[in-house]
Amino acid sequence: MKDNYLTHSKGFLSWALTLDHKRIGLMYLVATLGSFFVAGMLALVVRTELWAPDPTIISADRYNQAFTLHGAIMVFLFIIPAVPGALGNFVLPIMLGAKDVAFPRLNLLSFYLWMLGGAIAVLSILSGGVDTGWTFYTPYSTEPERLGVVMMATGVFILGFSSIFTGLNFVVTIHKLRPPGMTWFRLPLFLWATYATALIQVMATPVIGITLLLLILERTMMIGIFNPKLGGDPVLFQHFFWFYSHPAVYIMILPPLGIISELIAAFCRRELFGYKFIAFSSVAIAAFGFLVWGHHMFTSGQSTLMSMMFSALTFSVSIPTAVKIFNWLATMYKGSISFETPMLYALTFLFTFSIGGLTGIFLGALSTDIHLHDTYFVVAHFHYVMMGGGVIGLLGGLHYWWPKMTGKMYDEGPAKLACALVFIGFNTTFFVQFVMGSQGMPRRYYNYDPSFQIYHQVSTVGSYILAAAFFLMLFYLLKSLATGRQAPDNPWGASTLEWQCSSPPPHDNFSTTPTVGDPYDFSGMTYDPQIGGWRPKGAPAAQGAA
Amino acid sequence: MGDQHAHGAGDGHGHDPNQAHHFDTMDQQIEACKMGMWLFLATEVLLFAGLFCAYTVYRGNHPEVFHHASLFLDTKLGALNTVILLLSSFTAAWAVRAAQLRQIAKLKLLLVLTLAGAVGFLVVKYVEYSAKFEHGLLWGLRYDPHDDGHHPAPKPAGAPGLVLAGATTQEYAVATPWDDLTAVQDKSLVKPAGNEVAVQAVDGRVVPEEGAPPRKPWVGSAEQVRNVHIFFGIYFVMTGLHGLHVLIGMGAIGWVLLRAAKGDFDGGYYLPVDLVALYWHLVDLIWIYLFPLLYLIG
Repeated sequence: MKDNYLTHSKGFLSWALTLDHKRIGLMYLVATLGSFFVAGMLALVVRTELWAPDPTIISADRYNQAFTLHGAIMVFLFIIPAVPGALGNFVLPIMLGAKDVAFPRLNLLSFYLWMLGGAIAVLSILSGGVDTGWTFYTPYSTEPERLGVVMMATGVFILGFSSIFTGLNFVVTIHKLRPPGMTWFRLPLFLWATYATALIQVMATPVIGITLLLLILERTMMIGIFNPKLGGDPVLFQHFFWFYSHPAVYIMILPPLGIISELIAAFCRRELFGYKFIAFSSVAIAAFGFLVWGHHMFTSGQSTLMSMMFSALTFSVSIPTAVKIFNWLATMYKGSISFETPMLYALTFLFTFSIGGLTGIFLGALSTDIHLHDTYFVVAHFHYVMMGGGVIGLLGGLHYWWPKMTGKMYDEGPAKLACALVFIGFNTTFFVQFVMGSQGMPRRYYNYDPSFQIYHQVSTVGSYILAAAFFLMLFYLLKSLATGRQAPDNPWGASTLEWQCSSPPPHDNFSTTPTVGDPYDFSGMTYDPQIGGWRPKGAPAAQGAA
Repeated sequence: MGDQHAHGAGDGHGHDPNQAHHFDTMDQQIEACKMGMWLFLATEVLLFAGLFCAYTVYRGNHPEVFHHASLFLDTKLGALNTVILLLSSFTAAWAVRAAQLRQIAKLKLLLVLTLAGAVGFLVVKYVEYSAKFEHGLLWGLRYDPHDDGHHPAPKPAGAPGLVLAGATTQEYAVATPWDDLTAVQDKSLVKPAGNEVAVQAVDGRVVPEEGAPPRKPWVGSAEQVRNVHIFFGIYFVMTGLHGLHVLIGMGAIGWVLLRAAKGDFDGGYYLPVDLVALYWHLVDLIWIYLFPLLYLIG
């Protein structure tokens, strides 16, 4: 086997101190998927508890801690860092045609800050637990008995720095490390999406940093800024929190949107329809994302005028999002679509994310939101966006780049089955939550009216199907590492630069400087059954398989 | 950023030893590092922006408290610190110039002077903080203005604009917005202010206790204004976070000074000096906003 980034050097330290963006990306992947597993288990605990109205398996206090940890770990340890940290780190420099990110040591520091922040956040369980919900609203979180808040806030504060440094690294890399010929409008759309994400990471995260710092000081020193008992303003905390956390929603969803652009182009074997519109829509979503935070606070006592403005601005986000969806559909129209696993995830994404987006309009509208506020409708909406959009996009990207990252092909059969199970399990879990939410089932409740029981039971069954799908996925992905077929350089016939280097890529990404052209030009490739992948027309046959 | 050494010198490529392996040219590396630094400075501004925002909100809600409380800050010491930081920013800029001209001795001297400015700033800040601690002019629950035994409790130099001229005691007691605060449930969290009469909440309003002497009209002494601790909370967080940045800046300047002493900048490479000076200017700039907003609003 050819020398690659996995075999380039050996030993624990060669990984622990690596500056190679590919190794850091892989470490992020393992770490964030580990967090996903922990938070997913907590979700199963929550769903199982809700099987019946009365206490089922855990006490009310434990239940409050379980959903808080589920939310906090999913948001801060998994979905915010997963796509930029894992897939972004691995793919971005190669896709760009660069040897590495601009600041490799900062990149490694980001990873260790993630580890440290994650460890501290999880240790908060030992120091009394956190049951405030992942939003840490004051004055609830400033009550003296909530001991774990300080630790959790410290952990998230450190995770924020990790996110800032990753974003900063990516912005500078895309600005300054583009090889000759890689103009802005030749950037693959995943890079446009990552760039927009990185801008949000750099510009929004410092605000949650200072907010959490103030919260920590509030708890440890009683400075009185957010604590109404001391004359402070708890609504100010909500403003600060959502000034970050709404843009953070776009940190979670923009990179998967970029992944979907890549998947649609590659598996329709077609130039993306409206490239520039998709590129600018990413930047527009990032920009609008900063102006809509008040829609989380329609019932928090802000003025009606302000609520109306935030409501109107919220609707404006649907424009760039719709631009993407329609352009993808236009790309698929008359394309030669091949339904391999990543494409199945892309199609799932279109379905679930559209439901998530459209139900967002219900919640952005002032009058309906007053009715739906803090019900399961909200829970269903953001799971359709965060999981139906974010996680499914991530899974699509994971299956798409898995051969490049590991050099192994997974079995298509179980992968397609897992995708189908994810689709069924996901919709079973969350669609009924729209129904019970609109009928008044409040979120975060331990106990509920028996009339909601059937919905909860359907939802719980759905979550078990989802769990089965993920265990199946874990199984066949691990199996591919052991017995998988050697991956060809370009198994999908995709056109972006990362498919021009070998699988897995060499330490320096490219042995020869790649030629940068149109990112979505599929004309120069031909399928070679001997290697089970695609190669440039005219290149000698049967080269990639070692 | 310091990442220019990612792959270090001597990797056998025959380029500038300061150039990292993954950059094509030295210019590309310098541009990337500068852009990285500017972005980092932007995040610093945004970090402080949250505090400035909190400041704006509370000053908007409690303008009288801010005007009143700021009188307890020592304007002279604040002004002295402003001058010290401006001078150190000047020496930092001059140090960059010296590095450009490869005047290493001068560079080292200027860096030492910048470091001295930082130390001077922190010494003055220490004097200011100690006075606040001695007089109990602190944040939140720890706000407890008192006489320290050596000096009387500080009185503002005079706050004519703050006297509620003509207001009778009773009107004052019902009308002031900050009285609402005592209506909270947990009495233990709200200390009855120093020499003020005890109050109790009835329907969210505050009335003097039966038989209590008539309340003194408010003439702007810290004991008689509620929510002053919010100003001091914001004051300590803002200046404390800024002070932390001064400390980090000192570390950075010290690091550049060491590298200058090791001869790293003899060959005309001075990017680290440039980046550290940029950082130091930001530390200076933030103080330029803090000083008038905290000290000069009385």
